[in-house]
This record gives sequence, C-alpha cells and structure tokens, in this order.
Amino acid sequence: MIATLPPAESWLERFPLLVRDWITGHLPESLGWLAVSLLAIVVILAAFGLLFAYLTLAERKILGRIQNRPGPNRTGWFGLLQPFADGIKAVTKEDVVPREADAVLHFLAPVLLVAMSLLGLAVIPFGRHLLAANLEAGVLYFFAAGAATELAVFMAGWASHNKYSLLAAMRALAQLISYELPLLLSVVPVVMLAGSLSTTHIVDAQGGWTFGWIPHWHVLTPWGFAGFVMFMIAALAESNRSPFDLPEAESELIAGHLTEYSGFKYALFFMAEYFGMCGLSAMAVTLFLGGWQAPCAFLEFIPSYVWFTAKLLTLLLGFIWIRATLPRLRMDQLTRLAWKFLVPLTLLNLANAAFWSLSAGWSGPMHWVRWAIALTVVVGPFLLLGRALTAGVAPRTYRYA
Amino acid sequence: MSEHPYAFLALFLAVALAFPLVLLAVSQLWFRFFQPPKPSASKNDVYECGVASTGDSWIQFKPHYYLYAILFLIFDVEILFLLPFAVAFTGLPTGALVTMLVFVLLLAEGLVWAWRRGHLEWR
Repeated sequence: MIATLPPAESWLERFPLLVRDWITGHLPESLGWLAVSLLAIVVILAAFGLLFAYLTLAERKILGRIQNRPGPNRTGWFGLLQPFADGIKAVTKEDVVPREADAVLHFLAPVLLVAMSLLGLAVIPFGRHLLAANLEAGVLYFFAAGAATELAVFMAGWASHNKYSLLAAMRALAQLISYELPLLLSVVPVVMLAGSLSTTHIVDAQGGWTFGWIPHWHVLTPWGFAGFVMFMIAALAESNRSPFDLPEAESELIAGHLTEYSGFKYALFFMAEYFGMCGLSAMAVTLFLGGWQAPCAFLEFIPSYVWFTAKLLTLLLGFIWIRATLPRLRMDQLTRLAWKFLVPLTLLNLANAAFWSLSAGWSGPMHWVRWAIALTVVVGPFLLLGRALTAGVAPRTYRYA
Repeated sequence: MSEHPYAFLALFLAVALAFPLVLLAVSQLWFRFFQPPKPSASKNDVYECGVASTGDSWIQFKPHYYLYAILFLIFDVEILFLLPFAVAFTGLPTGALVTMLVFVLLLAEGLVWAWRRGHLEWR
C-alpha cells in the first residue's frame, strides 16, 4: 500500500502531522491555532533540549575516545544518565553574583542568550511538512535572531564587572562581528540562485536528481561547495567553538565572559552555545545540503525528517571532531582569517554564483567549460590568497617528545 | 497555521523567554527550601586570580576594536542591500547587474583601502 503512494503522502512522512491532529483534534476551533503553535514550540524545545543533553554526552564520549580515555561511564548504562546528573547539579549549585556586578544585566544576559538562540529554529524546515513558521524573509529572520546573541554575550561580559570578562566580551564582539560578514556573504549566492529568502523555496530549489542518484544540492556546485565550507568556518566562529574559542580561552582568560557565572546561569550559557551550534548547522543543511531532500531518488521512501536529522548530526559530529583536532587560533590570526581571507573569497563567490546562474543554458562541450571556469574561480583565488597571506611565515614544524 | 506567521514568532519569543526563566525559578525554589545561600565578603568578590581585585574594570578600551566595528557596519549595510538584489537576481536586466557590480566594487575598494592602511592588522 505504502509503495504506491507518492513519498510526500506516505504514512511515515505524514506521521508527525497525524500525531498533531490526534492531539489537537478534539479542541474547539477557536483554540486550534494556539494549540497547534504551542505544540510546535514544545516539540522544538523538547527535541533540541534532548539533542543538547545528548550532544554534551556525545561530545565528551567522542573527545574521550579521540584522547584514548573512556569518557563519562559511571552514571547509568555507558554514562547515558550523565546529562541528567549534570542538570541536577547545575540546578542545585549556589548562584553567586559578584557584589559589584550589574545585577539586572547579569541576570538578563543568559536568559536573552538562550531565548535568542532558540528563535532561529522557528524557520528551519525539519521535514517536508515540518516547518514552524513559513516566513517570506526566513533567512533574514534567522540571521537577525542570531545577531541578537552577540549583544547578550557582551552584556554578560560587561555586567560581571570583572577584567577577564570585559576583555573576553570585547574579544567576543570583535570575533562575532568579523565572522558575521563571511557568514552572511556566503548565504547571498544561495539566495541569488533560489531567488527567495524563504527557507522552503531554497529547499525546493535543491530538489530533483540527475540520473536519479546525483542530487541537485548547492554543495555539489563549485560556488556552493566554496560557500558551504566558508559558511561552516564562520559558523564555528559564531558559535565560539574551538578553534575559535578565544572569548573563553581558559589558559588566558579563566573562562572569559562566563568567569562570574555559576549554577544554572552557567548551564544556560552552555545550553545557548549548543542551541546556536545546532541552529547554524540546521541552516547549513537547509541552504547547502538540500534540507530534508533524500540523496538518491530510490531512497525517498525514508521520511524527510530522518534525512534532515542524519545531515544535522553529521555536521555536529564535524564540529566535535574539529574541536578535538585543531589548536586555538591567536587573535591576529583570527581577524586576519576573517577580513583578509574569507571576506574577499565570499565576495568573489558572489560573482561565481552570478556566472553559474547566467551560464545555466550552456550545453554540450560548453558544459565542461562552465565547470572549468567556475572551479578556477574557486580554487585560483584560494591558492593565490593563501600563498600571499602566509608568505614569509615559516611552515610550522612539530617535534615529538 | 492560518494566522499571520509573525503571530507565531511572538508566541515563540514568549515561550523561549519563559523557558530559561522557569528553569531559573526552579533553581531559586531549591535554594529557598533546601540550600539557603551563604554569601560572604570574599565569596561575592569578583575573581582575579585569588588576590583582591584592584582598580575599576569598567575602563576605556583600546580603540582598535572600534575600527573593526566601523568596518563591520559598512559591510553589514552592504549585505542588507545585496539581499533584495539577490532575491530579484534571476529576472534582472544586464544594466542592473552592472550597477550592482559597481556597487560591490566600490565597497571592495573600501576593504582594499583599509587593508593598505593596515587597519586589518591586529595590534
């Protein structure tokens, strides 16, 4: 029975909708919209709350494995209860606020940070039928909500009245605004090609397959690949993750803007960092990796939300792996990478995307010429600019003890 | 879903703000009943490597950070102009494309100027 239905209408695909209608079905009509909206919000909060909890465990487990140690394994089976133990500990820990701190801002910063990092999730299409708010300007809204978190980070650093916190807040602001540019500029080509700021349209633009097994995802075009890589680098920096974790560099700034936070407020910062990371990864999946689209035509029977989750988890694994692999950047390297490398390359990528769109009609041998030109515009400047910026810097040598 | 999508966002914002507030309230209740806070002079001091904190920490900062802020502002506004252009891109005539190219090049020139002047160098 299921095989004869088109994938969009299959029972598995519509399963979340069926559950929603079953829950909200016997409510009066006047409450319908409110109930459906609240249900969507609660599902997003619960799903990402749980993802946050188990992401912290996965991160500690994977880091442990990479560093040849078992990681948390005492609480529950394979440490599976560890996130809950951490949560209970955070709730019951005393909340110390420094005497000289600005108490209102000190309290407001973590609350705002969590709220703003959650807001972006409203416009992500998690599946064919799973989109909380279908905005015309969804992409713009997502990045506007993300930019509000920068304010909260600075608020935290300033309100603490601590020298380390203030220094970290300044650093964080310089880092966040520097990487905001490549982040946004690498999104513009996607908007150009899809012709819309709506996340649904962008995912639809990546539908279909060549020969049934090569998906039309943006990442599989030269400009899309370059855009994806630069978006992910900027996303790493925006979520303050290693190797861009300068604002909370333990070896120089104690804990950065988190120095004066304890108890549950500290846990809220931690939560916001993971929500932000999940949000940016979900946006990267939507913009470049085809959103909920299946990679091959014959795999379409697997529901769209499963594909979305798989892609999201793959990117998050990448975040964790990078944290285990790369050392932290220095401040001058950080700003140089953003302003002298990523911004020029993203600007060039705009031209590349424009070329790709204008040459869409080329066929036959010109098709290969199109690919050759587009690849040259990606690889050429990358090599030239990279060589120019590292000129005079001796290659790093490692001596093993 | 028949309502205006922004009504949903307002609701989402309300719940997203309530979420951390409720969690903080739970932890406050815990302190209230089981674990009253015990403040002390040294505990509520700002942290400074274990010694008493000296001087004010709300000070004027080196101006270099602000140069990045100004540069950021220029490019952020540029992106705001680029987005409507990008939405309309597929149907644009050649003249409009050239105009946009000139606009982007003018701003790229600003980046080159800042680069030449050494403003992008972290000191």
